[in-house]
Amino acid sequence: MAESDNIVVETAEKIFADLADPQTINNDKKDAWQAPLWRALSEAGLPLSWVPDDLGGSGASLADGFALLNAAGRFAVAVPLAETMLAGWLLAQAKIASPEGEMTVLPASPKDRITLDADGSLSGRARGVPFAKAAKHFAVLAHGKDGVSIALVDAGKVRIESGLNVGYDHSDTVTLDKVQPVTRKAAPKGFDQTTMMLMGGVARSLQIAGALESMLDISVRYSNERVAFEKKISKFQAVQHNLARLAGESAAALAAATSAADAIANASRFDDEVYLEAASAKIRCAEAAEKGGAIAHQVHGAIGFTLEHILHRYSLRALAWRDDFGSESHWAVELGKLVANRGADELWPLVASR
Amino acid sequence: MTAALRFDPIRLPEKCEQLRKEVRAFLAEEIAAGTFDPHTPNREDTDAPEFSRRVGAKGWLGMTWPKKYGGQERSFLERYVVTEEMRVANAPTRRFFVADRQSGPVLLKYAPEHIKMDILPRICRGEICFAIGMSEPNSGSDLFAAKTRATKTDGGYLINGTKIWTSSAHIADYMIAIFRTSQPTKENRRHGLTQFLVKMKQPGIKVNPIGQITGQYEFNEVVFTDFFVPDDHVLGEVDGAWKQATSELAYERSGPERFLETYYVLTELVRAVGPNPDTRSAEGIGRLVAQLHTMRRMSVSVAGMLQAGKEPVVEASIVKDIGTVWEQQLPHRVRDLAAFVEETATNRETLERQLDFAIKTAPKLTIQGGTTEVLRGIIARGLGLR
Repeated sequence: MAESDNIVVETAEKIFADLADPQTINNDKKDAWQAPLWRALSEAGLPLSWVPDDLGGSGASLADGFALLNAAGRFAVAVPLAETMLAGWLLAQAKIASPEGEMTVLPASPKDRITLDADGSLSGRARGVPFAKAAKHFAVLAHGKDGVSIALVDAGKVRIESGLNVGYDHSDTVTLDKVQPVTRKAAPKGFDQTTMMLMGGVARSLQIAGALESMLDISVRYSNERVAFEKKISKFQAVQHNLARLAGESAAALAAATSAADAIANASRFDDEVYLEAASAKIRCAEAAEKGGAIAHQVHGAIGFTLEHILHRYSLRALAWRDDFGSESHWAVELGKLVANRGADELWPLVASR
Repeated sequence: MTAALRFDPIRLPEKCEQLRKEVRAFLAEEIAAGTFDPHTPNREDTDAPEFSRRVGAKGWLGMTWPKKYGGQERSFLERYVVTEEMRVANAPTRRFFVADRQSGPVLLKYAPEHIKMDILPRICRGEICFAIGMSEPNSGSDLFAAKTRATKTDGGYLINGTKIWTSSAHIADYMIAIFRTSQPTKENRRHGLTQFLVKMKQPGIKVNPIGQITGQYEFNEVVFTDFFVPDDHVLGEVDGAWKQATSELAYERSGPERFLETYYVLTELVRAVGPNPDTRSAEGIGRLVAQLHTMRRMSVSVAGMLQAGKEPVVEASIVKDIGTVWEQQLPHRVRDLAAFVEETATNRETLERQLDFAIKTAPKLTIQGGTTEVLRGIIARGLGLR
């Protein structure tokens, strides 16, 4: 999903280039760039891409939305774009209209659980919720005695303990104590927390892949500028081979993430094949974030370790995104169980299913 | 402009799935008939001439080639399905694999018509085996250091010199080799090599087997002494083999054989672990499956590029780099996990026997068909670093 595949991505890239230039925002210590960027994204209807027109959104396809997330990763965008998109998507599953403004989703980890009580109130605690602090509303998936519900909750009704992830973005603990939601409806049949985590995981995979594309670009560029031992460091074979590995990690991440996005965009349900795609994307992209990010830093040397340099905007965010919606080790265990449960002779048919 | 390479999600079309069923049914019959044992990759003799003919009779060799040469004019994606199913089943493909993947396409592109009409249909019928004569005792990765001479004589060339590490030369009917027809020039050290078609099993060619650390004898030294090759066996431009080598690489380097060579140990581990794995086993298997899935998606994507008429040399190099490093590490990762398999697992001995062979196979995987170092050099060039 490179640049200019479609109008959604084109629009987003133009906004990112104008209002989220990495060097400019990296120099802005007060984060004054965030409000204008969010305004522009909202005016273009991008945060509610996955919400149909009749529910207040702009009704873009799943595929276009995924491409948009990949572009957001290339700019390491630090506003709740992915989170609001996911929240809008979640609400739309239960035909709940999306309000304006920033949103995020609860829970953001497969381990946390929000429960629906008999009186219609929601309770529970969710850790590591991205951009909870910035959210005006939460899209919540809750478990009640009659099954899974999806609810819209006003941010004023919850308790937030703020925290930061390793990428310096908000990753907060949100506690709901008998909160009455604005709206609540039953989730569609077959939709559960795992579905939501897989979708969130693929969103993060696309962002990681985008960040790696940018890390490769700036590392190649830097290696062609920096001179050491009287030649450009790009001419050293050791550096070339490191960058070739980074290109491989970046390509693997992009391939895994775009394949999973394509699988979800064309799936009628989250079956084992989609599960393989989505879980694999999160696992492989997280591994690439670690290996690829380490190479990007190695190529840059000390300058890449400074706050002044933009590299950390990508490298640390890619590492932080590994944690959201289930880490790679979580998904590896789950995928391993699925494979073991299907049995040895069903492994290849699963891998070769499409 | 971004340096990142795209691997678009390619899905195999419906007709591939029909074909896959046919291939699986065929392989199941062959296994039932005792042609080969899918659990035993370490056969001493991997040559299976009758099996090769039966695969040919199915129309699965040269299947992308024009019908007039015996081909089926089917897509690269269909060929992909046949290749991966054969590989996963550990089918004995040695006799036809090189001809189907590599030698046939070279002949299609560079051989004169009468040779194409003679040889290609025989490849398609699974009758003949090809070897590739690239490496020499002092020329491996550095292909353009090759010294084996082709000296012009009446009506052809006389070949003198030695090729080495030549897989299947002991059973091959033909070899496609590069020989030196001129000295390199100052401006171009790659100049002076010419690609030839060589008919094997003739006086003037001596094939000496070389034992491999797996215990198999699959590669050879091939010594040419005043061996005559007729003029019409020159493939392409005299002195210009370097221009012809690159497009071949995309076919050679991106296929499923570049990450499935040791796959059988993963299947066997899953069998040994059983339906309720502990956390450590589940985590290990899950990661390996995710990595495998990702490589297959990349590899299928390259097959799609080939089908679209592109020459994805850099993309193919990435697939081979990541794929061969993975299949090299796989037996070691499986060994890590096998340490916790219950003593009572019924396939324990099979798994141990397979691991023994896969661990011995592993070192060659990042050497054959372009070393990791060469591949990373190609990728670096693609990134604009060289």
